[in-house]
Amino acid sequence: MAFGAFQSSAPGGSVAAAAPQVQRKSPVALWLLLPGILYLILFFVTPLFSLVLTSFQESVPGGFIGEYQTAFRFENYVEVVSTYFTHIGRSFVYASLATVFALLLGYPLAYVIGVKLRAYPLWQALALVLLIAPFFISFLLRTLAWKQIFSDEGFVVGALKTMQLIPADAYLTGTPFSVVFGLTYMFLPFMALPIYATLEKLDLRYVEAGGDLYANPVTVFRKVTFPLSIPGVISGTLLTFIPATGDYINASRDFLGSTDTAMMGNVIEANFLVLQNFPAAAALSLILMMSILILVSIYVRRSGTDDLL
Amino acid sequence: MNKETSARQFAEAGADLSLVNVTKRFPGFTAIDDLSLDIPAGSFFALLGPSGCGKTTTLRLVAGLEEPTEGRILVGGKDVTDTKAYQRPVNTVFQSYALFPHMSVLDNVMFGLKRRKIADADQLAKDALALVELGHVANRKPAQLSGGQQQRVALARAVVNRPALLLLDEPLGALDLKLRRQMQLELKEIQQEVGLTFLHVTHDQEEAMTMADTVAVMNQGRIEQMGAPEELYESPQTSFVATFLGQSNLFTGEVSGSTNQVITVSVAGQELRVPTDRAVSHRGDVTVGIRPEKVVLHREKPAQSSSVTVLGPGRVTDASFSGVSTQYLVEVPGMGQIIVFAQNTSLGEHASEGDEVFVSWQVDHAFGLADAPAPEGKYVSDTDTVSVAVQEREKLEAEFEEA
Amino acid sequence: MRGFGKYLLWVYSGMALVFLMIPIVYTIVFSFNDARRTNIVWRGFTFDNWLDVCNAQDVCSSFGNSLLVAGVSTVLATAMGTAIALALVRYRFRFREATTLLLFLPMATPEVVLGAGLAAQFLQLGVQKGLVTIIIAHTMFCISFVVVTVRARVAVLDGALEEAGRDLYASPNQVFWRVTFPLLIPGIVAAALLSFALSFDDFIITNFNAGPAMTFPRFVYTAAARGIPAEANVIASGVFFCAILLVLIAQVGGAIKRQRLAQVG
Repeated sequence: MAFGAFQSSAPGGSVAAAAPQVQRKSPVALWLLLPGILYLILFFVTPLFSLVLTSFQESVPGGFIGEYQTAFRFENYVEVVSTYFTHIGRSFVYASLATVFALLLGYPLAYVIGVKLRAYPLWQALALVLLIAPFFISFLLRTLAWKQIFSDEGFVVGALKTMQLIPADAYLTGTPFSVVFGLTYMFLPFMALPIYATLEKLDLRYVEAGGDLYANPVTVFRKVTFPLSIPGVISGTLLTFIPATGDYINASRDFLGSTDTAMMGNVIEANFLVLQNFPAAAALSLILMMSILILVSIYVRRSGTDDLL
Repeated sequence: MNKETSARQFAEAGADLSLVNVTKRFPGFTAIDDLSLDIPAGSFFALLGPSGCGKTTTLRLVAGLEEPTEGRILVGGKDVTDTKAYQRPVNTVFQSYALFPHMSVLDNVMFGLKRRKIADADQLAKDALALVELGHVANRKPAQLSGGQQQRVALARAVVNRPALLLLDEPLGALDLKLRRQMQLELKEIQQEVGLTFLHVTHDQEEAMTMADTVAVMNQGRIEQMGAPEELYESPQTSFVATFLGQSNLFTGEVSGSTNQVITVSVAGQELRVPTDRAVSHRGDVTVGIRPEKVVLHREKPAQSSSVTVLGPGRVTDASFSGVSTQYLVEVPGMGQIIVFAQNTSLGEHASEGDEVFVSWQVDHAFGLADAPAPEGKYVSDTDTVSVAVQEREKLEAEFEEA
Repeated sequence: MRGFGKYLLWVYSGMALVFLMIPIVYTIVFSFNDARRTNIVWRGFTFDNWLDVCNAQDVCSSFGNSLLVAGVSTVLATAMGTAIALALVRYRFRFREATTLLLFLPMATPEVVLGAGLAAQFLQLGVQKGLVTIIIAHTMFCISFVVVTVRARVAVLDGALEEAGRDLYASPNQVFWRVTFPLLIPGIVAAALLSFALSFDDFIITNFNAGPAMTFPRFVYTAAARGIPAEANVIASGVFFCAILLVLIAQVGGAIKRQRLAQVG
């Protein structure tokens, strides 16, 4: 799926197509699977259950902040949604916008690197390095860099004001613009890499066949290239949208956001680490998780679990 | 080190192979159906057949890469049916060569020797490479070699282990024509020098006939006919063999008379004669066959004689010049289209499309078959394994619907 | 019009790449800033930050912690993940769909949820949060990525190679260690590198589960409010250069190798 982006191509050397590997039944499989699966059950599944239980807890009457007891307080969810539904909605809106922008920027980029640069392998390698380079610098510092670039004392705002493109008292940081900008920037490689991976394997002979059958370049793209790249587009979209909804760095006050742009992630963090309102944080987390799962299950229903990994 | 001395070092006799009532079933279809086969030691044996006929499966059963559903396999008289691949004294040259990409050529060739903990593996491997004249690439990686060189390394890797039986799975398929011819001769040479038993699987009938001492033609999991190449070619016993091995003109009719020497078959009013000892069946429906190169083209009606069959007049519907010979298609009313191969022994004397001609052949060259050729559609039917499986499934589904 | 359109795509993509590079360049440039407490305004060029990296408090210790955590989690995740990848491709077993789903979910779950969940669990169990809990968390989310990476590599292995091994007298054990495993190593290394990178740069999950422990991203976040010292930029730039160097060596090395293989003799 998505992570084909990180693979290098298979080793050459065989003349005919690789022979398929036979799957056998054997107790060895159990020993291979056990450590990892047990680990995940212990440290992924159980915490999720913990989260569910926590979300139903109620505060101990007369207890101190952060003290809760087990209960089944469904009102937690109602309260959380009514208090924070703007944040919830905002998260999905920002994430959707970021995904769309990332796609608009990322697809052509992936196309150029994966298709157009095939003739120049050295440039292709270089472009690929540039595409993944952002992963090697802490994303916090990168986001901070944008904050300082967009700050009131910075060059960008100054220039825009001089050119009178924005009013004199306007600011760029702490606005929806900067948050979506930050999100788009952060997830652009996540969108571009899976698309690159599919486009890189695109057999150009399909494109040639399209041209041979009287289709102009635009039509060939619409009817041949793009449909063949859809698996990559879907991967990229999921890889962008899902983390973006839960992100709270970009929207955080210290980075590109302000209190007006707080997303779900900020709220969860605040409730968990600061307010110590664990049930609220847990409930919000689960709401976020559920909505993501609904999206994923639609995807799985269409392509089956085999494609997931 | 010349080839002779190095060959002598490998001169250990091969063993014979016996397949006894072997059946191999996969979910959905039977790949091999009650196959019995004996291959004498030291011979070059070819298994010939179209894709999906079961020949590769047979090879894999002998190698131990698959297990038979029923039957026994004996190598050199020993029952190896229950042994695993790595325990059998059998080696394979794979269709894709399967050279280990992460090892050098020399390490590849040494691999089997090292697993068997044979002393002096290094020197033996070098000798094997010398045998295929690739000593100078010992330290390269397989990816640095050409297709032909890879093929020879694969051969050396197998031969160096002095296996009782060497299996070759269409090893020449990926080579171009000239290289393939060269390798065919080399393989035959090595087999004769080293004295191993070779089992060669191929769909190329020319390859099978030039290289093998014995050829078995396989079709849909069964052996249709087995024998020396010439025997199979000149005296086919089923219409599949007659049409798979080279081409044949086939005419089906009812036996109208038979003597000790000759049987007469009535086809569309014509009386065709076949020698009795070249006919599989002597009564009922018989298919008379004649190879195209045995048919002679005449501009005028030739003299009648009891030893010559004459058909005509017919019209030439196609004349294809192919260098050595010209292939004619002659339409004779009532008999259908007759293929004629005429060797171009002189310049320019060819019949052209539309000419009226007669055809004739020696009665002694004809053969008689018990089965009629299967009706062929315009396009050759799919016989590869996947299509066969799909067809079987569709048949089963259709049966389901009806029930 | 067509000629213009031809270049449009290139220009657009070039701009996208430049867009990606801007903050990186900014960060590297500002590592040379002669900053006092906060590294916001450019004051002047200096090498001091690079020479005295550990001058700023916590910068080096948090960097060291990040390396340690990434190292340990990578080893654990790669070992467990490779085993699972092998099982998925080579063996038939029941609950295959459930297993695939279980492996996929951590990648699809938002980091806040993962972080909050584990933190809630540690809270309930009364476990002290610290480096150990961070390692536990990182290993957890890295396993899935390792599985995906290695699995892709296992899936394209030529089955004929192992058959050749069996044909050449290698027992199943020998086939695995002498044929299969050496061919898997590039994939395993790629998975390990991916896991290391993910762990090193992780913030959200770490923040929830760190307690008092400091990793480098955590340091940057907490310092963001009062001003990040230029030394942090130095560390980040240093890591960046090392990583780029590694990637370039790998790419160039691969290109040279391919060129050598193309010279068929």
